[in-house]
Amino acid sequence: MKKLLCLVAAFGLALGLAACGEPEQVVVYKQGKYQGKPDGRPWDSEPLAYESAKWAKGDKVSWETQIKNRQLGQHEHKRIYQ
Amino acid sequence: MARMKFLCDAERCIECNGCVTACKNENEVPWGVNRRRVVTINDGVVGAEKSISVACMHCSDAPCMAVCPVDCFYRTDDGVVLHDKDLCIGCGYCFYACPFGAPQFPQDGAFGLRGKMDKCTFCAGGPEADRSAAEFQKYGRNRLSEGKLPACAEMCSTKALLGGDGDVIADIYRERVLRRGKGSEVWGWGTAYGPGKPGAQPPAPAGQKS
Repeated sequence: MKKLLCLVAAFGLALGLAACGEPEQVVVYKQGKYQGKPDGRPWDSEPLAYESAKWAKGDKVSWETQIKNRQLGQHEHKRIYQ
Repeated sequence: MARMKFLCDAERCIECNGCVTACKNENEVPWGVNRRRVVTINDGVVGAEKSISVACMHCSDAPCMAVCPVDCFYRTDDGVVLHDKDLCIGCGYCFYACPFGAPQFPQDGAFGLRGKMDKCTFCAGGPEADRSAAEFQKYGRNRLSEGKLPACAEMCSTKALLGGDGDVIADIYRERVLRRGKGSEVWGWGTAYGPGKPGAQPPAPAGQKS
């Protein structure tokens, strides 16, 4: 009988203290990471035939140079008055 | 490295919607989806009407990217924000997060089912083989891989809409503002007059020009 009472008391104690834990209440935001497929880079493609845009395939610098020249085509002060 | 951006000059935009049409045509965008649109304020008020062409601004710290529950967004080496439609679940969080209303959702199927998100790709396609049929069908044309700029900017008749490396187009815009002596309000001091140059001064008002 005494053993049973001890067991019940221990169980009651465990149950009573169960809510006394202090789990972290603050949400921690984690930076997501892209989960999709990898994408190709524009300078890895061949320039189109019969187009003015020319760069060496795989050469980022030459692609950037030609796209920058193309961007400057939007600058009428340079395009018209040069 | 280039950071691709759009910049629309409100002093020049004539609300022709040429950019919208160019985008629709180039990327074969379905009905009900507008990757680009022209917004006009003070419509019809003489002297106060201003228009601006708006699409995805390819933010450096993109809110759509931050809120996406399936992490389908990525940024390319050129700073273009793109997404993988195979992962997108069409939840619409990106639409709520975007300050420009760029994400669009095709409505089809029963009860106006919301499809996968569609938005401006800066004519850079998406995560499929460059210039492939699959890429064109899902994301539209990949003009950057053809050495071209976005169709909307290249088609703009008044060159109000500039597209390209942020530094280059800011230089173009800055020279314009300095020549005409007005119109810096939309894009602010840094873009219009240079990135914090010591001693930089605003241009004299139009009436006091020499």
